[in-house]
Amino acid sequence: MTTVQDGNSSQFEIDILLETAKNCRRKIVEMTHRASAGHPGGSLSAIDFLVALYKTRLNVNPSHPKDPERDRLIMSKGHASPAIYAILNEMGFISEQDLTTYRELGGVCQGHVDMKWTPGVDFSAGSLGMGLSFGLGVSLAARMDGSDRSAFVILGDGELQEGQIWEAAMAAVHHEVGNLNVIVDRNRIQNDDFMDVQMRLFDVAAKWKGFGWAVKECDGHNMEEIVASIQWLDTVKDRPAVIIAHTVKGKGVSFMEDNPAFHGAAPNDEQLAIALEELK
Amino acid sequence: MNLGASRDGYGSALLKLSDDPKVVVIEADLGKSTKSQMFRKEFPDRTISLGISEQNMMLVSAGLATSGYKPFASTFAIFTERGFEQVRNGIARPNIPVHICGSHGGVHTGTDGSSAQSIEDLAVYRSLPNMLVLHPSDDISTEYLTIQLANMQSPSYTRTVRNKTPRIYDMDSVTNLEIGKGVTLREGSDVAIIACGVMVSTALQVADNLSNEGINAAVIDMHTIKPLDGELIKSLAETCGCFVTAEDHSIIGGLGGAVSEYLASNCPAPLERIGVKDHFGESGQGDELLEKYGMGPNHIAQAARNAIARK
Repeated sequence: MTTVQDGNSSQFEIDILLETAKNCRRKIVEMTHRASAGHPGGSLSAIDFLVALYKTRLNVNPSHPKDPERDRLIMSKGHASPAIYAILNEMGFISEQDLTTYRELGGVCQGHVDMKWTPGVDFSAGSLGMGLSFGLGVSLAARMDGSDRSAFVILGDGELQEGQIWEAAMAAVHHEVGNLNVIVDRNRIQNDDFMDVQMRLFDVAAKWKGFGWAVKECDGHNMEEIVASIQWLDTVKDRPAVIIAHTVKGKGVSFMEDNPAFHGAAPNDEQLAIALEELK
Repeated sequence: MNLGASRDGYGSALLKLSDDPKVVVIEADLGKSTKSQMFRKEFPDRTISLGISEQNMMLVSAGLATSGYKPFASTFAIFTERGFEQVRNGIARPNIPVHICGSHGGVHTGTDGSSAQSIEDLAVYRSLPNMLVLHPSDDISTEYLTIQLANMQSPSYTRTVRNKTPRIYDMDSVTNLEIGKGVTLREGSDVAIIACGVMVSTALQVADNLSNEGINAAVIDMHTIKPLDGELIKSLAETCGCFVTAEDHSIIGGLGGAVSEYLASNCPAPLERIGVKDHFGESGQGDELLEKYGMGPNHIAQAARNAIARK
């Protein structure tokens, strides 16, 4: 399933990734509209790097979602579940019909990502701050197994306010896990408001560097930069690595972009029509 | 007297489990106290130190378990509660077999004072779906039950204690133990004393004393708080007709809570609960604190008489 290799991504390959991301964006707004609930903003900010990860890097197989040697994608910001369901659908883990069950009783697609309900989901999230610790456990297990499988943890920037993140950041460097990778979705908005109002993070990259991580920043909506950054992750062998992906909350839908109101609110009928028109 | 501390049984169990290469030990700085350090000394490569970070410890353990390992994570009982929501959402909810051991449970912990004396751990972990909750009475049964946990497919919480108390089992009698099944240590027909942890040996002593008054008390070691052995309680309701529970834990939500829930729903019978009566502890010797808080042998004996009088 690798379409982009060795830093030589052709425009054709980048175009495929962009088209996939656009398909996912439509699914995200449709899912949240159908459910009249959910978290479109943080799903739209994360979808570009998620598409790049799944399409260019992750060793996962929809025919064997529990293959012990698979890489693990740990969606710690589990409220952005529509993004995960959209890309899992694109990858063949779940069906179009499954997407219609988002937030419905008995549905494959739970409100927050859940490993017990959805094929291809490796971590039950929904409570922020826990995924990095889980990723560290997964990474330590891979090392003890002598396996080269990797863990990729997706963190929200608001989530970095949780103390447990920094417990895990410290421990990951102490244990020198080179197979643990993080992407921070730096969209600068949390539930109630802009982070600069709620709780400022100041220099996020400096914080990770201070803990001893290898750090790279990129434009989280520039597919060439994203792909190159993901390739950079594999060059860091002696310690954990983090990409700070600078993103726009609600990216791709004009009235959701950089708008705290769409952290946890679904589009209505009229807004859905506008969004789908913009995502043609 | 033949004495043992249940935390020592946890440490020796880890050593006995070491033949299984998937068993790993997770520490949050208190390995000397919980006795996981017995494993660390022999198997440093399978011991993961996380520093003083209990929340992190819970989810690192979950990650290891989903990758095929059998993590045994320990700290003080009270500090496991620092990671309670992590246990709830990250371990119990996805039903990941992580085995948590909380040492230094109860006021019997003693002179460290109230900050170190968990009196609510059994209650909070018992409230979580999928969790097994154990509180063995001595080192020998702790070792035996901990070894059984390694092959359980559910997460577990085991409370051990700091101080030595009289041993209940020997290497032969312990082999009758089974997770989820209470042990009838003494048969009786007038009152059933259901105890756990450090209170089991006291309950046996109380039963001896009561026999001098012509009271025939059964004594049960209810080492598994969840799942509770309801069948045993039901049969005791028939043979004894009244109960005393004895635990070094709040009377709210622990063994006494579990037994009273069962009785109320299935076979109502008088029940007197011995435990910490909804207050925090303080510094003091373990036995001094039990006496001060109405949990000593005389209190248990009086509770037995009261229960019989209510029949």
